[in-house]
Amino acid sequence: MFKIVKKQYLANNIYLMDVLAPRVAKSCFPGQFVIVKMDEKGERIPLTICDYDRQAGTVTIVFQSVGASTKIMAEYEEGESFRDFVGPLGCRSELIDEEPEELKAKKILFVAGGVGTAPVYPQVKWMKENGYDVDVIIGARNKDLIILVEEMKQWAENVYVCTDDGSLGFKGNVNDQIKDLVNNQGKSYDLVVAIGPLIMMKFVSILTKELGIKTIVSMNPVMVDGTGMCGACRLTVGGKVKFACVDGPEFDGHLVDFDESMKRQQMYKTEEGREVLKLQEGDTHHHGGCGCGGN
Amino acid sequence: MAVDVLKRIPVREQEPQVRAKNFEEVCLGYNQEEAMDEATRCLQCKNAKCIQGCPVSIDIPSFIGKVKEGDIAEAYQIISKYSALPAVCGRVCPQESQCESKCIRGIKGEPVSIGKLERFVADWARENGIKPNAPEATNGIKVAVIGSGPAGLTCAGDLAKAGYEVTIFEALHEAGGVLSYGIPEFRLPKQTVVASEIENVKSLGVKIETNVVIGKSTTIDELLQEEGFSAVFVGSGAGLPKFMNIPGENANGVFSANEYLTRNNLMKAFDESYATPIKGGNKVAVVGGGNVAMDAARTALRLGAEVHIIYRRGESELPARVEEVHHAKEEGIIFDLLTNPKEIIVNEDGWVSGIKVVDMELGEPDASGRRSPVEKAGSEHIIDVDTVIMSLGTSPNPLISSTTDGLEVNKWQCIMADEANGATSKEGVFAGGDAVTGAATVILAMGAGKAAAKGIEEFLKK
Ligand SMILES: Cc1cc2nc3c(=O)[nH]c(=O)nc-3n(C[C@H](O)[C@H](O)[C@H](O)COP(=O)(O)OP(=O)(O)OC[C@H]3O[C@@H](n4cnc5c(N)ncnc54)[C@H](O)[C@@H]3O)c2cc1C
Ligand SMILES: Cc1cc2nc3c(=O)[nH]c(=O)nc-3n(C[C@H](O)[C@H](O)[C@H](O)COP(=O)(O)OP(=O)(O)OC[C@H]3O[C@@H](n4cnc5c(N)ncnc54)[C@H](O)[C@@H]3O)c2cc1C
Ligand code: SF4
Ligand code: SF4
Ligand code: FES
Repeated sequence: MFKIVKKQYLANNIYLMDVLAPRVAKSCFPGQFVIVKMDEKGERIPLTICDYDRQAGTVTIVFQSVGASTKIMAEYEEGESFRDFVGPLGCRSELIDEEPEELKAKKILFVAGGVGTAPVYPQVKWMKENGYDVDVIIGARNKDLIILVEEMKQWAENVYVCTDDGSLGFKGNVNDQIKDLVNNQGKSYDLVVAIGPLIMMKFVSILTKELGIKTIVSMNPVMVDGTGMCGACRLTVGGKVKFACVDGPEFDGHLVDFDESMKRQQMYKTEEGREVLKLQEGDTHHHGGCGCGGN
Repeated sequence: MAVDVLKRIPVREQEPQVRAKNFEEVCLGYNQEEAMDEATRCLQCKNAKCIQGCPVSIDIPSFIGKVKEGDIAEAYQIISKYSALPAVCGRVCPQESQCESKCIRGIKGEPVSIGKLERFVADWARENGIKPNAPEATNGIKVAVIGSGPAGLTCAGDLAKAGYEVTIFEALHEAGGVLSYGIPEFRLPKQTVVASEIENVKSLGVKIETNVVIGKSTTIDELLQEEGFSAVFVGSGAGLPKFMNIPGENANGVFSANEYLTRNNLMKAFDESYATPIKGGNKVAVVGGGNVAMDAARTALRLGAEVHIIYRRGESELPARVEEVHHAKEEGIIFDLLTNPKEIIVNEDGWVSGIKVVDMELGEPDASGRRSPVEKAGSEHIIDVDTVIMSLGTSPNPLISSTTDGLEVNKWQCIMADEANGATSKEGVFAGGDAVTGAATVILAMGAGKAAAKGIEEFLKK
């Protein structure tokens, strides 16, 4: 059993939990994920590792209650336990294995959309702790969906907040914000790391391709085992089939077939889940949609 | 009852029409009277050929002799000396090509039903609460076993009996390997059979830590250097599914057999009270002809679909067990033989709407002696289906070999290990089962677990 030692409500049905899982905490790195199975009859739910404390043996998860399973998860309280909590799964972020001098020379922009802000957080923190300064954009449809701004400011050089309706920060989606930084504020970047709804990552990748900036995205397809055994998580990257749980979840955004992944993600969506997805991604599955953080 | 020595005592089964709609076990097994009658057919051969057909050399005439006398407890003790999972093997061993293929009775009539007798003895022992004896004391030497499939369970059980402190590390949330996630309930009941065989291994003192992925949560080197284990056995199986690489294969509604079976067996998607969903499909094509394909097909049938098996060779080349093919046909699975998929047809929402296939004919025998199929020109056609299950075989997962320095694998990613004692290229690390051979059978994996347990004991005594 894996005990929930802390629970916190962030915003808009987004919750943060610290879970006691010493083996995971000891060996995990930014970019990896866990699979949580709440009880005997629950499903295996993949969630990104959002922080970890090796000493205390805890791992932080941040999740949005969107459908049947994540709604039940939101009802778990401090002191209660999950039956299963396995990880770390997937590969750690490529940045961690890069040569320090090369990394030092790079100007990196993290682009976080909605609940995707959570997985960006440990990467930004790791960068700062290892002596690298990075910029972060946090974007969403409106101010109620913006999370972790203060936390992020502790570690990032600059944090830019943007909302579609202008209720907080810059008015516009994350792509508008990127263009503003690059075109109007004289910023230049060598690498973009974009994590958020698929539709956001797709359009960020299109823009950064135009701008000639290498881009890494974190994919979240449907999964079952998370160890390479079922193939549910397959996606196409550069014309090749990859399993996100073992080959990813991070991939080169300029090579990912996002349209295929968006169709595959619909496969098991419940009606409830679809509604939330629609809210997050707009009515994208019928006519393209605009960009990010939803329409 | 007078027994016709040439014929087997028939075994009771659920009626095909009834069982096609439920997940209860198909074969009901012998009762004691039937078992004792069947046992009288055994000639108690001096030079029993059947033993040579069994990969773990069970003393078949001795245990059958005890069944004949009605001393089932003693029959169980005899089997237990050789096999840790008799209730499983009695159900899923390909007996017709192993022990029973060598039985003298088979020359003139039907061979003795060795598998069904073994199953009866194991079920009887479980129902009567007989458990293997735990050792009095442990020797304090720690051994780690990776994977809780038949190879890992057997190796762990044997080492525990010899006094070692064994911990099994399992990546999934449930122990059992393929026995839990792959082979369906209607062939191998999870609660009554698999769970209780695992309990038996635990009652020997073996600890099972689930949710630990070796290579990710921790590594073999850490187990040896930091966690105080003196040796490691790798029984991680061959879980990686293959796809055909034909167009449309990533469409919604295309699954690997592993995904389909895992959702249904391990995650119990067929039971409404479990949260994991499954798209059962209305018309399902299963591509492949092995045991795994039969299991996927019969699962889809039970979930309410019309099911086609699409296989590129003919009936006699089907690699699945004869009994499984027979059961599948009885239940109404449609066999589209000598047929090969070319493409999966996808509708505009990204879902499967059909499978384009081509007819095949058998050409000259190839190097393996099998006649290889060749396409018939101009025979392409489309079968309307909404679900496709790819069952093309599996290979070992590279997770462990790629995170363990000095552990050699061959070009198929199989770990290289000495068949006699399981020793690998890395000191203190042993391996066996599907991880070494590629996808094989339960009993071969058990045999390899046994051999490695001996190998580990010898290594640790040095
Ligand atoms: C590697 C990875 C990391 C993730 N990290 C996070 C995270 O940090 N925070 C967070 O809130 N969510 C994360 N997700 C998504 C999260 O797993 C889904 O939100 C969750 O499974 C939805 O379940 P549900 O029953 O509540 O929703 P429903 O919409 O009712 O889901 C129904 C079914 O669809 C599948 N499904 C639906 N959406 C997703 C999805 N986005 N990804 C995978 N499967 C899905 C599930 O298997 C489920 O069975 C991650 C997913 C992956 C693969
Ligand atoms: C659907 C299906 C039907 C079959 N039917 C039959 C049949 O009728 N008769 C027959 O004899 N054989 C059958 N087989 C084959 C048989 O089940 C296998 O040969 C046998 O289970 C192999 O045993 P194993 O112990 O080597 O591996 P497995 O049973 O595969 O067990 C390996 C275990 O290791 C775990 N693992 C893997 N990697 C790691 C890691 N890195 N860290 C921790 N744990 C890990 C896995 O999760 C798994 O639980 C069938 C197989 C399938 C898939
Ligand atoms: S273990 Fe398998 S091969 Fe050996 S006797 Fe039993 S059924 Fe036959
Ligand atoms: S070969 Fe057949 S008849 Fe002879 S001992 Fe074995 S089971 Fe009995
Ligand atoms: S989740 Fe099963 S292979 Fe990736």
